[in-house]
Amino acid sequence: MVVGGGVAGVQAALDLTELGYYVYLVEKSAAVGGAMAQLDKTFPTNDCSL
Amino acid sequence: MVDQYNEGLAVTRPIHIDYPQAVPASYFIDPSACLHLKHGTCKICEPVCRSHAIDFSQQPVERDLHVGAVIMAPGFGKVPDEALAKYGYGKHPDVVTSIEFERLLNPSGPFKGEVRCISDKRHPHKIAFIQCVGSRDIGCDNGYCSSVCCMYAIKEAMVAKEHDPDCEITIFYMDMRTQGKDFDAARIRAEEQFGIKFVRARVADVMPWGKQLKLTYSTLAGGHHFEPFDMVVLSIGLDAPKSAGELAKIADFELNKYDFCKTGSFAPLQTTRPGVFVAGAFQGPKDIPESVTQSSAAAGIASAMIKLQRGAGVVHKAYPDEQAVAEEDEVRIGVFVCRCGINISGTVDVPAVVDSAGHMENVVFFSDSLYSCSQDAQEVIKDKIKKHRLNRIVMAACSPRTHEPLFQETLKDAGLNRSLFEMVNIRDQCSWVHANEPEEATNKSRDLVRMGVAKARLIRPLPEQTVPVTPQALIIGGGVAGLTAAENLANQGFQCHLVEKQEKLGGHALRTQETILGENTSAMLQELISRVEKHEKIEVLTGAELVAVNGFVGNFSSVVKTSRGKNENEVTIDHGVIIIATGGREHRPDLYLLGQAKKVVTQQELESQLAGKAKDRAPDSVVMIQCAGSRGEDLKYCSKICCNAAVKNALKIKEINPASQVIVLYRDMRTYGYAEDAYQLAREKGVVFIPYEVDRKPRVEKKGNRVNVNFFDPILQEDVSIAPELIALSVGIVPEDTDSLSKLLKIPVNENKFYLEAHVKLRPVELAVAGVYVCGLAHSPKPLDEIIVQAQAAAAKASMPLVKGYVAVEPIVSVIDKEMCIGCGICSSRCPSFAISMGGFTREQIGAQIKAFGEI
Repeated sequence: MVVGGGVAGVQAALDLTELGYYVYLVEKSAAVGGAMAQLDKTFPTNDCSL
Repeated sequence: MVDQYNEGLAVTRPIHIDYPQAVPASYFIDPSACLHLKHGTCKICEPVCRSHAIDFSQQPVERDLHVGAVIMAPGFGKVPDEALAKYGYGKHPDVVTSIEFERLLNPSGPFKGEVRCISDKRHPHKIAFIQCVGSRDIGCDNGYCSSVCCMYAIKEAMVAKEHDPDCEITIFYMDMRTQGKDFDAARIRAEEQFGIKFVRARVADVMPWGKQLKLTYSTLAGGHHFEPFDMVVLSIGLDAPKSAGELAKIADFELNKYDFCKTGSFAPLQTTRPGVFVAGAFQGPKDIPESVTQSSAAAGIASAMIKLQRGAGVVHKAYPDEQAVAEEDEVRIGVFVCRCGINISGTVDVPAVVDSAGHMENVVFFSDSLYSCSQDAQEVIKDKIKKHRLNRIVMAACSPRTHEPLFQETLKDAGLNRSLFEMVNIRDQCSWVHANEPEEATNKSRDLVRMGVAKARLIRPLPEQTVPVTPQALIIGGGVAGLTAAENLANQGFQCHLVEKQEKLGGHALRTQETILGENTSAMLQELISRVEKHEKIEVLTGAELVAVNGFVGNFSSVVKTSRGKNENEVTIDHGVIIIATGGREHRPDLYLLGQAKKVVTQQELESQLAGKAKDRAPDSVVMIQCAGSRGEDLKYCSKICCNAAVKNALKIKEINPASQVIVLYRDMRTYGYAEDAYQLAREKGVVFIPYEVDRKPRVEKKGNRVNVNFFDPILQEDVSIAPELIALSVGIVPEDTDSLSKLLKIPVNENKFYLEAHVKLRPVELAVAGVYVCGLAHSPKPLDEIIVQAQAAAAKASMPLVKGYVAVEPIVSVIDKEMCIGCGICSSRCPSFAISMGGFTREQIGAQIKAFGEI
């Protein structure tokens, strides 16, 4: 079980599925993404945060 | 109601979706604003919703989940408003937080990406950033450094400058902590290219001044200054998450004194409760790459712990049968043009581009979309593929580097081969670079779409191929990084081969005694070495060197040369993945009389001396010089660990010899994270920290038996000369030789000779060559806890193909035209991947002949 669906939680959940496990991802709010979804661009590649 | 996603700078409705790309893309009712949930009235939405999707009878449900491991990733919280109030936040609308400023910069933000003052919507001409608000701030009990604010302030300042090059931006700071990989280069760029001003000063006060805000600040020289600004951005730190106490109680683990999760440097992701791990900012404030690294690491550790459960309950995603697309079939192209909110459509005339596609041959469907990457847009694409029997898709949007896999997945979901996809980048290549020439940007977008369509007409489906994987790993380097990676992979059940050049395992860490928090490094290292040496799944090869690598991800074959005295031996190892952990060492600059005067030593030498038994091991007077050879002279970068090393040694000296006078000459003290506590403690114990400017560096000179240090004291505003008993240089870290291995494996290094990761933010331990991973000092200088986490992350990533048992091979491979081939064998002998084999004259046949010749 992963508690929190920000970039850390989502990455942990994805990696666990790649490693062959069934994962429960628990997030308080309506969508995953957390604080990173509020960012404009990320340094240094200017990639879209979403 | 106020829009929390936009930090309260915009309004939204009680039933909403935070942003179009939200996952899941379902609207929700905010219970704090719903009249029915709050007061039992209204309920208008229920009959109005044509899909009958609203059901007020739903109640929260409690579920019991049986899980093998828990990873806590609740993130970080917000610094309380009271901590911001002293800078006028809450009183003056134009004092904003950095996250609010981030929303102002964002095209989907409150002013569509235009930076405007909140008070009267004018464009600000002068913006001030105030650093260290809510962290390094004893006033709100947050003594730690949040580690991310300096860098995000620079990023926000640079983006703001891109929006309005005439805007003047000043950053007020204590120390610029840009210790991350390649971060110093960005700081220099911000100053030199963008003209952003950096002022080392504490801001005392922010007051209204007509329409503007007046900042009062004092500099080191003691001067008080006043300066008006239009907007003030507070670089707020990361607080512990609000739910920390509750989570700790529920899951029964301990918090540290700042309410973040309590962990140690040698098992940084292990909470005080077995089976419960932590990742991300909750472990301690950190940036995105470190968070992502910790997540992978936590996944790997959990995986090793519950490996018997692997595969239990897992449902594999099923794709529909692939639609056959034959050569003679009619080409039916669908063109989608993404608006990316206003990111593209703000400059490029998207409808005009869509229209132009309509006149192109074979294009049977064309349309635009607001955000092509959103979940509902994928449904639309699938739907259109079926409805219009599309068999080629052209997507005009952003970068294929980040988004191509997403769209290819959508094609597979719709039963199309993923090769039948062509992406053109009209964001980076049109709307961004030609932001000021909308007409030209639109023309270029039309050109790119036309070219994409022309190519799409000729693309053919390529079969997906998979090859089996050898479930073994080769780890190069037997320091903490290599040892940790090997242990994790072995614990996950995979055979590892650990190759170390030296006779002894341990690497660079053999020379450190303890961490800045006082944990015993050498004991930890000895235990780690012994666990690895005893592990049945790890083969340790010391005095060994990699001399050849053949093959590709899943199927490498490497030759390792071991030497014992004069005996040399070569072994061939078949393995599926490679982890590079070749490490680094202390740099030895030809500066400050290092190597010429006995009194001048490095921090590492000082650490060994302090750990010894000599009575006079802690001298009565010591001067430490930071950045000796780093950040511009020999090495262009910051080595991240030297400030901690200096503080650690200074504290040790004070512990042994409290009367000792210790002076640290520095440029920026970069004791980020919890190390800030140690820095604070050192100052309390009387260690004197004096900053120097890069154009006024300290000088060291020999005078008879004495060695003098001359420097400028910015508080006294005069030159000072002292003759300490010892001078310790913080010299930085250089990677061990990366040239030969980078050539052998064809992986790039950066200008400082550290390995270059596949994606700085999102794939921090993967390299450009599939199946090759990096960790430790070979990636960049970093402290021990970060090395351990990175090694665990590399192990987790490396285990993925091993777990799967197969890898997908890029479908673009060569085929041989049998009518043209004359069987000359040149290609076979030249192919570096041994992908081509000839019918006769095989290696085995010739080898057998030679062997037979030697038999008698």
